[in-house]
Amino acid sequence: MTLTDDDRRTAAPEVTELPDEVEVATEEGRRLAEQLSDAHTRHARKLLEVRNLTTHFFTRDGVVHAVDDVSFELDYGETLGLVGESGCGKSVTALSLTRLVPNPPGRIVGGEVIFDGINVLKLSEEEMRLLRGKKIGFIFQDPMTSLNPTLTIGFQIAESAKLHLGLSRKAADDRAAELLNKVGIPRARDRMHDYPHQFSGGMRQRVMVAIALACDPMLLLADEPTTALDVTIQAQILDLIRSLSEEFGTAVILITHDLGIAAGMCNRVNVMYAGRIVETAGVDDIFERPRMPYTWGLMDSLPRLDEERGARLRTIEGLPPDLIDPADACRFAPRCSYAREVCTEHEPELTARDEPRHFARCWGTEPGGWIK
Amino acid sequence: MAAYIVRRLLWMIPVLLVVTMITFALMHAAPGGPFDSSGPGGRRLPEVIVRNLERQYGLNDPVPVQYVRWVGNMLVGDFGPSYSYRNRTVNDILFQGLPASVQLGSMAFLLSVVVGVPLGVIAALRQNKLPDYVATTISVIGVATPSFIISVFLQLIFAVNLGWFPTGGWRGPEYWVLPTIALSGFAIASIARYTRASMLEVTRRDYVRTAQSKGLRERTIVVIHMIRNALIPVITILGPIFAFLVTGSLIIETIFTIPGIGAFYITSIGTRDYGLIMALTVLFAVTIAVMNLIVDIAYAFIDPRIRYS
Amino acid sequence: MATQTGALEAPATRSQKPTSLWRDALGRLVRNRLAVVGAILVVLLIIVGVFGPYLTPYNYAYQDYAILVANNNQPVPPFTAGRFLGTDELGRDLLSRLLDGARISLSVAVVVQFVVLFIGVPVGAVAGWFGGRIDSYLMRFTDVIYAFPDLLLIILMTVTLRDTPFGSALDGLLLVYVAIGLVAWVTMARLVRGQLLSLKETEYVEAARAIGVSDRRIVTRHLLPNAIGPVIVAVTLGIPGAILTEATLSFIGIGVNAPRASWGKLIFDGKSWMGTQPHLVIFPAIAIALTLLSFTWLGDGLRDALDPKLKGKQ
Repeated sequence: MTLTDDDRRTAAPEVTELPDEVEVATEEGRRLAEQLSDAHTRHARKLLEVRNLTTHFFTRDGVVHAVDDVSFELDYGETLGLVGESGCGKSVTALSLTRLVPNPPGRIVGGEVIFDGINVLKLSEEEMRLLRGKKIGFIFQDPMTSLNPTLTIGFQIAESAKLHLGLSRKAADDRAAELLNKVGIPRARDRMHDYPHQFSGGMRQRVMVAIALACDPMLLLADEPTTALDVTIQAQILDLIRSLSEEFGTAVILITHDLGIAAGMCNRVNVMYAGRIVETAGVDDIFERPRMPYTWGLMDSLPRLDEERGARLRTIEGLPPDLIDPADACRFAPRCSYAREVCTEHEPELTARDEPRHFARCWGTEPGGWIK
Repeated sequence: MAAYIVRRLLWMIPVLLVVTMITFALMHAAPGGPFDSSGPGGRRLPEVIVRNLERQYGLNDPVPVQYVRWVGNMLVGDFGPSYSYRNRTVNDILFQGLPASVQLGSMAFLLSVVVGVPLGVIAALRQNKLPDYVATTISVIGVATPSFIISVFLQLIFAVNLGWFPTGGWRGPEYWVLPTIALSGFAIASIARYTRASMLEVTRRDYVRTAQSKGLRERTIVVIHMIRNALIPVITILGPIFAFLVTGSLIIETIFTIPGIGAFYITSIGTRDYGLIMALTVLFAVTIAVMNLIVDIAYAFIDPRIRYS
Repeated sequence: MATQTGALEAPATRSQKPTSLWRDALGRLVRNRLAVVGAILVVLLIIVGVFGPYLTPYNYAYQDYAILVANNNQPVPPFTAGRFLGTDELGRDLLSRLLDGARISLSVAVVVQFVVLFIGVPVGAVAGWFGGRIDSYLMRFTDVIYAFPDLLLIILMTVTLRDTPFGSALDGLLLVYVAIGLVAWVTMARLVRGQLLSLKETEYVEAARAIGVSDRRIVTRHLLPNAIGPVIVAVTLGIPGAILTEATLSFIGIGVNAPRASWGKLIFDGKSWMGTQPHLVIFPAIAIALTLLSFTWLGDGLRDALDPKLKGKQ
């Protein structure tokens, strides 16, 4: 979707009051409340600093270390990819950032999440609401079930605008229509009063994008936004996300298992495996000079056009490990063809590689390691 | 939609006809007739008189003939004379008894919904905590205690011992309380259980997570996003609940000596009062069928997925 | 908010041992405390119902006048003169009568559900499998019965046929069984029909057909086993209704004949003594409540345990 010259930036109005009289209970919350009045000021060096985030699930079978000691940063306006297999912890990481992890059985047990200078984990639940929707938007994976079937889509989009921006009903509806138009729904004004089941999957996902961007957030979390859609629609939705985030300067964390998508959309990529980040680098570096066997495996398993027909698809042998009480060893070692003894004795740390801001978690690829 | 309603209404006719046929057949298949014990002291009347009466009321004709005659009369609104209450027509008796029954039924229905739904919602929202246990216990009592037992206990505690309410009759608001509670006990419990289950289902839905990600207040999420969706399936049980209230009124009216038509049903079967039985059967069956239709329409109307498709 | 949201499952845990649907379900059932309590009570009911007459020294119909006279011609309270639960106004031991009531309720539960299965399942299966005209006709037929308010039809049948030889069989119980059963099979038929209709369209049936499996095998080998779950649940949850109906019939006097001691009849007899000898009502009431509850809890537990959507989740 291309933006025409007629599209104007739908800037969110400045807001000085807290929505619905949120009770400010903590010190951090007070700081947040003050910050909200300068809607577009940047209050810290980086938009997002995640340090040692750890989220566990307390289940009947044991404690599942879904996200273990994850750290990364995000610049304002940057697009970051979180790539990995199902179950590696990428979705849980995103949910942890907005504290939407289902509790029970999940709980954030450690670490810090600094968003625009505010320590998110220190906020009360009520204060958290100030951030959700307003500063952080979320796009979920399955558009068929993520929308409320008994409410019109216009209402569902206008809801956050009314709450966070203090708009009147009419103003919120206007904004919703604008947004619908922006995300490419034809005859937006009319279709505002339709219900989700009257839209196709691709259109519903566009609606989700509109909902997520309704209050012009600083950060957009997109959890596999295209996995449930047809391939042709996938491209459209991704284009939409990219163009809108460029236009509004929104930072994006794009969660996907598809490297191709990450290549096309992101500035940086974090590769996750078994609850840990195993490699992180700029998008070019990741694809041209990956420095971790798992990443190689991921690249390798992509079918390529220049391959011989009839050749077997390459897979990474084995299954992801059990995340209950993981041992102090490289979690990928059982499946790694380069593994040596040290890999099963101590878990490697994320250490630097040759390129700037390129880190990998692998004994073998470290300077002085056995993989060249 | 209109076509659907018409089709349902038309369909009721043959069904009701068969229902009446079955009832008619059963009544006449049983040994004995309405005049067997209507002499003084319940003794059999002299043969001659019985035969005269039977001839007078056309009871000697073949059963199918009697049936057709009855249908013909019913279509013009005449349910004929009552065999057990001399000198009164069935229509009279119906009109006399209907207000009480309708009132009891409506109050019980309202009470069931007004108490049952919030009970279920609260139980679901505070799952496994105290409100849930209280609500579930109330539901459990309602489900496990037949209405006649509830009636007996209510009468004993509140009427006989505490004297707050009368034990029977229908002469004013204080007479309404105990029978309504007794009748709606099971319905409250069923609705509460069903609402709770439905709410719990809804809490697991993705769109609730979407609502949370927008930063909405818990109350907004519960009321606007969850309850609407949770109540839609609950509407489906309102039909059977209503049928239950109608049939339950037979028992409750008998126990609390309420002058409604439910109480008449049981006695008139015993006295073989054909006219009254047929009329009551038709009335009950039609009411339940119509209520089911209304519930189905409401359901189709309230769920946008059905309304706009 | 203490709610569980989203479709996010707990991340992959240890590779699970392969289990069959039934073992999974059994595991879940056992973990459900209410269901376990219900199951225990049901077993108790069965034991009591089967061995009832042998458990007390008194016959349920035996009227002991001596004991009444000794008590001012009043029903005897519990724990007096060797009567664990006391007697009624005719000197009959209440415990023995309760046990007879248990027998009656149990027999109603079993026989009625048997009728329901025997008529309902085949009718539903035929309607669901063949569809089309056969389905239409069968459904019209069930519609008629469905349209009849069930209690009305049952009362009608019991009252009108009481005085026939059929009505007196088994102390009037045969009539009760038949009346309740004839009304109850309809819901089962609809359930089975619905199950077959939806299962018929599934892909694995299509696959079976494509391989050339015969219709009959498809129904018996593929469809019915999958429909069994809901059928079991429906049977269990249908029992409280049947027992309740029988108790109601006995309460208004058109159920089991005297001197059999249906719990409903016990309550009717006892209610005139509520003020002074409440035990005559309280014990049967508890018996009914516990029985209804136990089947309801067990049925709910079975339904949750067999719910395919919950399979595999914690």
